[in-house]
Amino acid sequence: MNEKEVIARRVAKELKDGDRVNLGIGLPTLVAQYLAPSLHVFFHSENGIIGMSPLPGEGFEDINLTDAGGRPVGALPGACAFDSAFSFGMIRGGHLDVTVLGGLEVDELGRLANWMVPGSMIPGMGGAMDLVTGARRVIVAMTHRSKTGSKIVPRCTLPITSVRRVELIVTELAVIQPTENGLVLQEIAPGVSVRDVIDATEASLILGPGLAACE
Amino acid sequence: MVGGFMGVGSPLRLIDEMVRQRRGDLTLISNDSARPGVGVGRLIDAGLVKRLIASHIGTNATTQQLMLDGRLEVELVPQGTLAERIRAGGFGLGGILTPTGVGTLVAEGKRTLEVDGSQYLLETALKADFSFISARRADYYGNLEYSLTARNFNPLMAMAATTTIAEAESIVPVGMISPDSVITPGVLVHVLVGKERAA
Repeated sequence: MNEKEVIARRVAKELKDGDRVNLGIGLPTLVAQYLAPSLHVFFHSENGIIGMSPLPGEGFEDINLTDAGGRPVGALPGACAFDSAFSFGMIRGGHLDVTVLGGLEVDELGRLANWMVPGSMIPGMGGAMDLVTGARRVIVAMTHRSKTGSKIVPRCTLPITSVRRVELIVTELAVIQPTENGLVLQEIAPGVSVRDVIDATEASLILGPGLAACE
Repeated sequence: MVGGFMGVGSPLRLIDEMVRQRRGDLTLISNDSARPGVGVGRLIDAGLVKRLIASHIGTNATTQQLMLDGRLEVELVPQGTLAERIRAGGFGLGGILTPTGVGTLVAEGKRTLEVDGSQYLLETALKADFSFISARRADYYGNLEYSLTARNFNPLMAMAATTTIAEAESIVPVGMISPDSVITPGVLVHVLVGKERAA
């Protein structure tokens, strides 16, 4: 299992039956593969649908039915399509239970940066700013480190996506919960020590209740 | 304004005709710039766009390069804000108040207002000279019906321009689309074209 699969599998455990969920492009999209089959989750996509499903198979593509990355998807019975204003009304209006988004940085205030690296990579925020502002729970699913260092930092150096504190950070090493007191290390991945996580993290971590004894 | 999301629900015949006629110096308002050769990406490829207002350009390396070279002015707008600014333009509103972007780069140069203890950005309405939109089915009055995620910005843009030109996959006699199924009333569509038929 590569690190992205480890992350997606752990995030999938956060979703509950009946949740209305928006998965961001990239790593978060993988989460859908690891849901327990008994769980019925309503997947929302910002290009205007709720009830999205993976493409049922080759040959089922409809050029008018894609996810927000433009890839062909399916729709479950009971799915519903709508325009972009309505789609974002669902997002900002608090009608989504969970959004799972990728990240470039998260800081000790729980603020996410994921939409630009000034001067080099400027993809734009797409729907991310609205999702972080409006979803009831924001889960950041990202690798713990980039090529240049820790992605969990004291203060974001990149432009932030929102001032909102995200609810959870899931990486291949750990599960971290931002709180008003700082970042609480809640879980470590199998085979990883608390020391490994602390060494890989530039931000200060508070050890969660179950982990304090391990040190 | 040109409808579509990553090229899905974009009026390709109208886009290709713009390219053929070399209609340049455009200010393009669109959700994204799709990919090179796809949807509105064709207008970018042809060098017809001077200014782009969009939420996402990450899938089009040409757009990013032109922007970094200073040859294309880009205003990045959160997607939900873009939709609401266009809706406001078409619905006779001066703008909207949104919590999205408060405390970020997006808030620079904008007014922040407090309403009932929450902070909102004042985002102004967007209008255009022309909207090019795409629909699955039209009748000869221009009543439009859309399909799945190809709807996206099309109904919003239909109301926000001086002249709205719609391109439909098929055009049927008046009365065939039930009033309940019409999403964009025909009275808002000034010009209607069919998709080009295969020879």
